Amino acid sequence: MGKKLPNYISTTNACKLCRPLGACLAFRGVEGAVPFLHGSQGCATYMRRYIISHFNEPIDIASSSLGEKNAIYGGGANLKQGLKNVTAKYNPQLIGIATTCLTETIGDDVAMILSEYGREFGAEGELPLMVRVATPSYSGTHMEGFHGAVRALVEQLATGGEASDTVNLLPGFVSAADLRFLKEVMADFGLTATLLPDYSDTLDGPALADYPLIPKGGTPIGAIRAMGGNRATVEFGRTLGENEGGGSLLAERFGVPLHRLGLPMGLRESDAFLAKLSELSGVPMPERHAAARGRLIDSLVDGHKYLSGKKAVVYGEEDLVVGLTSFLAEIGVTPVLCASGGKSGRMEAAIREVLGDLPMAMPVVREDVDFHDIEEMGIALKPDFLLGHSKGYAMARRAGIPLIRVGFPIHDRMGGQRILHLGYHGAQQLFDLVVNTMIEKKQDDSPVGYSYM
Amino acid sequence: MGATAIFEERQDQIHRKGDAPFAISCNKESLAGAVSQRACVFCGSRVVLYPIADALHLVHGPIGCAVYTWDIRGALSSGPELHRLSFSTDLQERDVIFGGEKKLYAALTELIGRHRPKAAFVYSTCIVGIIGDDLAAVCKRVAAETGIPVLPVQSEGFKGNKRAGYAAACNAMRQLVGTGDTSNMPRHSINILGDFNRAGELWLIRHYYERMGITVVANITGDGRVADLQRAHGASLNVVQCSGATMDLARMMEQDFSIPSVRVSYFGIEDMAESLYAVARFFDDDPTIMARAQEVVREELSTLLPELEHYRTALSGKKAAIYVGGAFKAFSLVKAFRLIGMQVVMVGSQTGTPEDYEELQAITDPGTIIVDDSNPLELSAFLKEKEVDLFVGGVKERPIAYKLGVAFCDHNHERKEILAGFEGMRNFAREVYASVMSPVWRWVPRREA
Repeated sequence: MGKKLPNYISTTNACKLCRPLGACLAFRGVEGAVPFLHGSQGCATYMRRYIISHFNEPIDIASSSLGEKNAIYGGGANLKQGLKNVTAKYNPQLIGIATTCLTETIGDDVAMILSEYGREFGAEGELPLMVRVATPSYSGTHMEGFHGAVRALVEQLATGGEASDTVNLLPGFVSAADLRFLKEVMADFGLTATLLPDYSDTLDGPALADYPLIPKGGTPIGAIRAMGGNRATVEFGRTLGENEGGGSLLAERFGVPLHRLGLPMGLRESDAFLAKLSELSGVPMPERHAAARGRLIDSLVDGHKYLSGKKAVVYGEEDLVVGLTSFLAEIGVTPVLCASGGKSGRMEAAIREVLGDLPMAMPVVREDVDFHDIEEMGIALKPDFLLGHSKGYAMARRAGIPLIRVGFPIHDRMGGQRILHLGYHGAQQLFDLVVNTMIEKKQDDSPVGYSYM
Repeated sequence: MGATAIFEERQDQIHRKGDAPFAISCNKESLAGAVSQRACVFCGSRVVLYPIADALHLVHGPIGCAVYTWDIRGALSSGPELHRLSFSTDLQERDVIFGGEKKLYAALTELIGRHRPKAAFVYSTCIVGIIGDDLAAVCKRVAAETGIPVLPVQSEGFKGNKRAGYAAACNAMRQLVGTGDTSNMPRHSINILGDFNRAGELWLIRHYYERMGITVVANITGDGRVADLQRAHGASLNVVQCSGATMDLARMMEQDFSIPSVRVSYFGIEDMAESLYAVARFFDDDPTIMARAQEVVREELSTLLPELEHYRTALSGKKAAIYVGGAFKAFSLVKAFRLIGMQVVMVGSQTGTPEDYEELQAITDPGTIIVDDSNPLELSAFLKEKEVDLFVGGVKERPIAYKLGVAFCDHNHERKEILAGFEGMRNFAREVYASVMSPVWRWVPRREA
């Protein structure tokens, strides 16, 4: 702390993505949905490319493909034509419409255009549901887009409905493997859950004989509608704003009790999550997780010396950084810099909270930074490794230190969507990865090349 | 099957050779809602200028445009690597309201001070076109203050398609050409336009020309340098590859400096050889140049052809589909596939011209589907209908092929192997072979049925 705060005007190698991308990902996690960007054609194509390079999966994002005259006279006609075309060929149950900087700036009133569209085409047969979210790319990051889309889905679809024992689970932006894991955990506690969004199948699907215009899977729309009647909402995100995400809306509008937790990464945050499920279900911790917890602690003991004195730079989305920092502190690695391109204003407090009473100095915490800042501040702190997505590779390479890949995007390795970050199981995988990376580095750098640890 | 996949509005952008007299509609705005594979004007400018390695490339706009084009193309540099960094003004809401000129000025000044580039390109994005920042004025002011060329690129995303972006890039580069010293320039000198040095291809091509006794003045833009562009008008000939990405610059240089140009392609054996012969023919005052060109081709083919035989035997009769950005590359690919015994059954591009498609239908077999500005729905239907064995395209086409259990060859951003030149033909055959002959296809649902 007390270090000079870089305050550059320009951005170099951003550590964030733009807002509509997050909305597209969230919409992709709804059953029968097609993400749709109201803007120029390039946005949809660029985001598809970016997402494909991580998931190695198709993701069709439609666009209203505005041209020059639309930018001047308004994009309403193109939006309607685009919706009509998507409906004709994709036959979606829902179209998730996110705006872009272009359409936000020219001032298109999407809600009004949609109600006109309903009047004009509603008679021709049943229209797909339309959920809209404002995602001007000049405000916030992909995370605001993601949470905004989740909130919009809940806001525009959920009704009070019948009271139900189902629990809403709003995990935020996690991997496909994480989503599958969360569904299993809920089932392990005997809980019926509505997980929103759920792209565990739609962005990590099987080989097929036909191209899946809309892949199977995703949160069923009926389940989203029923969320207002569910008995509780569990929402991950220590840096989420009060009115961000879907949980607070469900609480306000339908009185669904909201339980906000950190992303269940590492031991204590996973404990908190499983304890919450125990409380909600009245079921004690299932054996599978108790056993995994036991193995995790056993391995922390086995490996602790290899991590003693090690330092790490952690970067990425704020909630992910908070979760990773909590985990690192538990295993005896000192996080020296925690950085994000996001700027919730809440990351430092969240990190202070997760570090709790661990004998660990508070790391330098920086929001609203890019990789130029992270490199400048981080390398001076002499970290032993970097922990974050693949865009830190250039910096890791220059510094000659390992990059341990987690989160999104992972553009230079296979299987980013299958990395498990959550629960004791995820912590185990991360721990093995971290400790082995340190052992491998020592082994490779050693003139002897020991064949035992 | 194919019929339901095609929008009424797009019927005339698809032609099946032999069905009817050739006619195809193209160069249109993408159909809203059709999930076009196209990007935007900005993308066109960015990919063309990006390999200029000692220039600063500042994207004036919200963060997305810069972040999605960060180090995307693997255009190699033999020296500086400034082009691999992603610079942005990261416009925020207040900039959108009050204007972004101040921030642009400050960011430019800061970055030029930090990196000392030889020039700066400042890209306009959608939103800049709407809020009306005077890019040219800011660039002019910073140029005067820093003493380096600072060039606005008018690449607002919505103002057309990729081709408009190429034109904007060429306009920006034109500002550099003609400002450098051209004394002691040899007569037998060329500029290489339209190769972007992916995987080091430019170096390979350049070396062929050097073996012929030709001096290469400027690579535009692969492994590009500002100073080379500034003296590019000293060359005797522009050798232009690619579907018009740099054609506008060649045209301007012909007009302003009387430098003629030839259009070439470095993909496949015939086109590669012809690229060398065309230059040799131009310099016919020295017959040894043609002799050396023939020597280069002979030497290269003597090792290449026997190797190709192996691939040809294995791949003979397999069917290929092509979908690329510019149609010009597709011409060469059709020929390259023929050379390894494969039949092209579908070929399309994002931004082909009527002449491009005319040419494609002339060189393809009857029944071949020719398509402009396609989308996943159509492409996947064509792959199935034609029972394609291998699809060649870019990142966005890859999951379409793989999901359906079709082999794939990346001929765009993410390839790491040289696909140009004689060596590239060898790599191309090897890559096609590696994918088509993999045992994994045995397990996919398409083959199980």
